Amino acid sequence: MNDTFSNNKFLTGFTWKIGGEAGYGIMSSGLIFAKTCLRSGYFVVDANEYPSLIRGGHNTYIVRASTEKIFSIVKSVDVLVALNKNAVVYDQDELSSDSHIILNTDKVSEDEVKSLTKSKVYPIPLISLTKESGGKDVMANTVALGATVALLNGDFEVLSAVIAEVFGANKKEVVDINVAVAKAGFDYTKEHFQVKTNYSLQKQEGKEELLFLSGNDGICLGAVRAGCKFFAAYPMTPINSIINYFAKKGPEIGVVYKQPEDEISAINMAIGASFAGVRAMTATSGGGFSLMTEGYGMAGITETPLVIIEGQRPGPATGLPTWGGQADLKFVLHAAQDEFLRIVLAPGDPEESFWLTAEAFNLAEKYQTTVLVLTDKHLGESRYWSPMINASDYKIERGALLSETDQQKEYQRYEITNSGISPRAIPGRKGFTFRANSDEHSELGFSEESAENRAAQMEKRMKKLELCQKEIPDPKVYGDKNAKIILVGWGSSKGPILEAQKMLAERKIATKFLHLTYMNPLPEKFLEKFFGTVKKEKVLMVEQNYTAQCAALIREKIGYEIKDKFLKYDGRPFYPEEIVEKVRDL
Amino acid sequence: MDDFGTKENITWCRGCGNFGIFVALKNAFAKLGWGPDDVLLVYGIGCHGHMVNYLNTFGFEGLHGRGLPVATGAKLANHKLNIIAIVGDGDQLGEGGNHFLHACRRNVDITCIIHDNQVYGLTVGQSSPTSAKGFKSRTAPIGTVEEPVNPISLALAAGAPFVAQGFSGDIKQLTDLFVEAIKHKGFSLVNVFQPCVTFNYLNTYQWFYDRVYKVEDTGHNPSDKLAAFQKALELETKLPTGIIYNAERPLFEDSLPQIAKDPLVNQPIDDINIEKLFTEFR
Repeated sequence: MNDTFSNNKFLTGFTWKIGGEAGYGIMSSGLIFAKTCLRSGYFVVDANEYPSLIRGGHNTYIVRASTEKIFSIVKSVDVLVALNKNAVVYDQDELSSDSHIILNTDKVSEDEVKSLTKSKVYPIPLISLTKESGGKDVMANTVALGATVALLNGDFEVLSAVIAEVFGANKKEVVDINVAVAKAGFDYTKEHFQVKTNYSLQKQEGKEELLFLSGNDGICLGAVRAGCKFFAAYPMTPINSIINYFAKKGPEIGVVYKQPEDEISAINMAIGASFAGVRAMTATSGGGFSLMTEGYGMAGITETPLVIIEGQRPGPATGLPTWGGQADLKFVLHAAQDEFLRIVLAPGDPEESFWLTAEAFNLAEKYQTTVLVLTDKHLGESRYWSPMINASDYKIERGALLSETDQQKEYQRYEITNSGISPRAIPGRKGFTFRANSDEHSELGFSEESAENRAAQMEKRMKKLELCQKEIPDPKVYGDKNAKIILVGWGSSKGPILEAQKMLAERKIATKFLHLTYMNPLPEKFLEKFFGTVKKEKVLMVEQNYTAQCAALIREKIGYEIKDKFLKYDGRPFYPEEIVEKVRDL
Repeated sequence: MDDFGTKENITWCRGCGNFGIFVALKNAFAKLGWGPDDVLLVYGIGCHGHMVNYLNTFGFEGLHGRGLPVATGAKLANHKLNIIAIVGDGDQLGEGGNHFLHACRRNVDITCIIHDNQVYGLTVGQSSPTSAKGFKSRTAPIGTVEEPVNPISLALAAGAPFVAQGFSGDIKQLTDLFVEAIKHKGFSLVNVFQPCVTFNYLNTYQWFYDRVYKVEDTGHNPSDKLAAFQKALELETKLPTGIIYNAERPLFEDSLPQIAKDPLVNQPIDDINIEKLFTEFR
């Protein structure tokens, strides 16, 4: 790591990381610590890393907390909880110059960290303390939470309340024992160490209430608000938490989740449900979406509204199943044979995941086509603080859906109209028999292969693209509008870029950041104007794939070539420090 | 033209088994007292799928092999709607084999009618999953090597609660089988033998007439699953027709409290209040 970042003065707050063996509660202890920070009045973002294994691999969980607004995790770690030797081996390079290590001396000898002269080590026998308090080995991580809170001068009551909340569904004994082992860690640390750090988890009073959401959480809530009634999805990382949410909550909130036999069935079920008149969704990752492509096209030609969540992870094929990337953009823009309006949205954070998912349902019905929400492992599974969402601002728009009282003489499902949008009926209405047809069809929906009809129906469907193009909102630009450095990103790179902007501003380097969320239709008019004024400014494309797919898309659509690119394709998210380095090298 | 007819020109070959199925289906609707707006038919792709153009009901012609998932999704969205999947042997047992297996075990209340002509007609004469061993076709010039799929034993093994078999040459029996299958609560299968007069030189009308018999004439008890399996396995020299198996199993839909009162499609979505749902994310 460059020396610039060995000094933490540009990074507000602190970053805590816990590392240990998979299957030992890393994920739940990470969430407990993140919520403890949130409840203590801090802005919090988190992230987790895990291999595609259930036990034995190296798992980590990162929590960054600050009294100032933060938008991303950073690479350097200030407090490391090393549950085992691997945590020291794998994670030591990320330690900041002013770092602290809580070392589980029941698993790692102090000799292992002798060379880490920049770090202050707190040797604590986490497992022994667990056992002394009547807990099991796997609760060592909870002892470490108590130790962390003591180390950072936090409020133990906040931690114990969060433990009670997270384990609340279990028996009272489970909560009690976890609080007891956490207290053991807290007391041991207070007793044995003269704690002095520059980091603090002191409770902040009078802070506004925040949400703490993952991208997937935002998608779930957005879908519920939009009136999604049917959800079919085959399990796949990184969208499993969406499935878990609907499977569990479905009966209570009136949404049917159906587990299908495969992704092909998932998309066809969702199409069937949507055709029958309910708002329907499917979700998958790139591999599953490969199986869905034929259904994607069928929704297009049958003009059936459909919302698809695609959580990207590195491929091709199985690739890196539990890591992240942004390399499916071109795939989803072109998936399935021939042409139809494929609306593609790419939220940048959980709040945008909420609003764009909810909007996806409106767009799908309005344009009677597919709307794909492109997210990824990092956005989907990481949690971010978020302002409260005023969900009542959302308005349902069902487009040209015929109501019970509408009358039509001879109803034509694919009637040629000026807008390209035909009135849509649903099966079951008396006197309205009609057919949807994946064969090219006449206005009545009968299979029809004449050249005239084909051209007329193609033009009708493609007109919807023109209409949609006109109606999409402009993208957001963040930062200093007179800046000479322009950063361009889409989807989940938003957080690291915003964070990098903050770091650069502290170094007196002004930037502006163009963040795209509508990938198709692309806001071409806006982009023409935006790039049309670029003269001496430096433009840097930041995206997580090898071939700069979004830069290529911009070039294809408006002819502007972004020459400088920061591309990453190792499965790891962008770190703001890396973006700062790239900007400084421009 | 009856209520179920359309003005579209029927393009099936003269003598195609599809005609028998088409007529029996319309007869069954009449017997059930249905009008065109009482039923949704979901079609696969193959010669059978052209029926979407000839039958005036609610229709959805989907993808090759994928009729059952569309039908399942539509049923869960509106379980008050009568839904029938019109599928083919290559369509459902080849491309859509996985969906068939899971529709049988899932037990959503839909009826699946397989147009089983033992050959690919629309792509002009290749072996299908139900082609007889030794059957010569464009893809098997020296004869089909694989064992044929036995649709009804497969359905029984996968847990389908209603399994019947018919023949497009016996419209009267077929009509009754369709009525019984539709009335049955749960997934119901009717496998219909049908000659392909253009591409199947082996399984002709006469070939079927020489082999089909009605299981009820032999005192078959359709509630006996072992007996049903025995009938299902008689595919060499005799072809059993009629209701092979008929049992009650809990409906998948009944496991969903979400739709106990109203189908999903009738549930209002205009003002869904999600404030409570934010609580766990604070």
